[in-house]
Amino acid sequence: MKKIIAGGSSNATGLQVALPRTHLQPRRSTRLLESEGLLAGLLLTPTVVLLGIFIAYPFVMGVWLSLSNTSVGNPGEFVGLRNFVKAWNDSIFQTAFWNTVYYTFFATILKLALGMWLALLLNRHFRGKRIVRASMLLPFIIPTVLSTFAWRWMFDPTFSVLNWLLYRVGFITTKIPFLSDGDYGMWCAIVVNTWRGMPFFAITLLAGLQTISTDLQEAASLDGANGWQRFWRVTWPLLKPVTLVVVVFSIIQTFSDFQLIYVLTGGGPANSTHLLATYAYQVGVATGLLGEGAAISLFMLPVLFIVVWVQLRYLRRLEAA
Amino acid sequence: MTTPHGVNRRSFLTTTGAAVGVAAVGLEGILEARRAPALAQGTKLHILRWNDFIPACDVELKKQAVEASKALGAEVQFEFVNANDLQPRITAAIQSQNGPDIIHMLHNWPHLYATGLTDVSDVAEWQAKDQGGFYAQSEAYSKVSGRFLALPHSIVPGLIAYRKSWFDEVGATSFPKTYDDLRQVGGRLKKKGHPYGQTLGHTFGDAPAWAYPLLWNFGGMETDKNGKTVIDSKGSVEAVKFMSAFWKEACDEGGLAWDDTNNNRAFLGGEICATLNGASIYIAAKRGQEKIKDDKGEPMVRDIQHARLPAGPAGSTSYHTAFAHAVMKYTKNQKLAKDFLKWFHGQGPYGRWFEVAEGFSVGATKHWERHPLWNTIDEPMKGFRTAPDNSRTMGFAGPPSAKATEVYSKYVVVDMFAKGAQGMKAEDAVKWAASELQRIYG
Repeated sequence: MKKIIAGGSSNATGLQVALPRTHLQPRRSTRLLESEGLLAGLLLTPTVVLLGIFIAYPFVMGVWLSLSNTSVGNPGEFVGLRNFVKAWNDSIFQTAFWNTVYYTFFATILKLALGMWLALLLNRHFRGKRIVRASMLLPFIIPTVLSTFAWRWMFDPTFSVLNWLLYRVGFITTKIPFLSDGDYGMWCAIVVNTWRGMPFFAITLLAGLQTISTDLQEAASLDGANGWQRFWRVTWPLLKPVTLVVVVFSIIQTFSDFQLIYVLTGGGPANSTHLLATYAYQVGVATGLLGEGAAISLFMLPVLFIVVWVQLRYLRRLEAA
Repeated sequence: MTTPHGVNRRSFLTTTGAAVGVAAVGLEGILEARRAPALAQGTKLHILRWNDFIPACDVELKKQAVEASKALGAEVQFEFVNANDLQPRITAAIQSQNGPDIIHMLHNWPHLYATGLTDVSDVAEWQAKDQGGFYAQSEAYSKVSGRFLALPHSIVPGLIAYRKSWFDEVGATSFPKTYDDLRQVGGRLKKKGHPYGQTLGHTFGDAPAWAYPLLWNFGGMETDKNGKTVIDSKGSVEAVKFMSAFWKEACDEGGLAWDDTNNNRAFLGGEICATLNGASIYIAAKRGQEKIKDDKGEPMVRDIQHARLPAGPAGSTSYHTAFAHAVMKYTKNQKLAKDFLKWFHGQGPYGRWFEVAEGFSVGATKHWERHPLWNTIDEPMKGFRTAPDNSRTMGFAGPPSAKATEVYSKYVVVDMFAKGAQGMKAEDAVKWAASELQRIYG
């Protein structure tokens, strides 16, 4: 019996040699799947379709509506920038625009400051840390409408439990007009937004804090740095990229906030707490002027674009450094 | 002879006869034959209405849905939502061409949503003939360019509910006849810890029901008869000046943030002496008299009276919220929807609902002024019977229009008074409203 030796050099004629089957073609479907371009296209298609349906189409429709005089039941015609000009000259729009800037600015500052403070606290070791961390997320988990209703009852103009409490302990003699005064109403909304958004800041910053090596802190301590110096010189520079990302997210969400104001004040009293989103809703959906409503909401786009662009540019510069 | 499917000549003739009857006489035929038309069987009819301030009314409607389902052979379903959420639902339904078959319309909304509503003039003609003609307000609000685009259903009149004993205590043995008297009496009551309660918030009913008549009763008007904006007038300025003073001297200043429910709670909680409202406060106090007591421990209902709005320099008119039902143009159940409305607005079912409402809602037609309910109803409730007779319409002195609805939906007139109450100079508040109206009316 001949021994089969693959690749043998001697007595080659008497040997069976196993060689690669170069002449056999792979199946067509296999070949198609091996094409990287095609596979990438296949994998991306569902995402592109979903983004197209749920993001691109509504956005394009929004742009079209803003350039038309569409109202409820009337398809409308192209009117150019007329809706934007009309909105810009509208005193309620101007109020809503500045309210939105004011609300976003102060709510973001407060969320950042309190979120950072909470993250630093939670980064320490103490008993029950896990329970505290989990419960901290509660405001973020409860649906906004529900929690805002609870706040609305607490701020109720007639039966406010806060007024009752403050009166009972002797801090006030007359009711605080939580929601019936424009300025108070706006600050109530900022407080509720801060309460709700702070956990997002805290948990993200906490994640950032945990990536910072404790060796750096210890080294700074050995060099004689106090608590503030350690935070300012070591923690903050390393936490800055995470902070910027969180702030960008928060600005986008707060600037386009709707539910909270809609439930808490409905934009009142006398439009003094209207934001762009709530005013756009009132004009577009409640009043049925879809074109004008779309134009009002699109005013958010350039503002957010500039803010996000500046912040991301700064972030890139930080990373490069 | 019987066919293999169990149909004999007699049952065939009976069924066919019923079907011919249905075709010939419509709803009457359906009811007489006691059998639903074959086409309607398996069909759903979805009706969207507000959450009634008298919850028993919605319970009654749910019962009627079962009855109507049997009568029409279709599954009739009511959906109830907060009145402030109705307009967004209407917009969404018309734009998506999908949603409820029939939607509750308040105020002059049929003018705003005209292109999405079916002409129901035939049913309206029947109802007017059957029930003695519509109140002018109901007709004006539902009729757009000579066609009824909604079927007038009811009116919720607003009268001032007040605590008789508290008014007596400050020397007002009858309700003040003029706004100035109300301001003086209200001032005295506020000093005693019983302010007047009025919303000037963004809410559908009580805020416009106070703001519009206040404008009219001081001689102000939204537009003239031709629809030209004339709000920037001496009358409007005087009305805002009154509001500013009245607010500080007599009102619960929390009212700027109230919706339509806050004044009910404040009144029943003994926090305010009076408020412009439908009869729901009285009815709630009566139905809950075991729990709702006055400061002496007596049922509060015994201390509640009602009065019309006081008079201003230009007289005393009111605004009462009119309600109607509109068949949506997109619905495939056009005939069924109209048949339902004819059934629902008919004297039988409507009468039962009307009785449950106990005067909170009155008819859109004068027929209901003569209903036996008014003979047995409590004395303080009797004023609601003819209350709609002095109502004007939004947009006054111009006709009701989509522009007037836009002014209402943006709360321009309400906010004009709210700005005055917040301390803005009356002239500036009126100028602000005039500029907003100019932008709307053009």
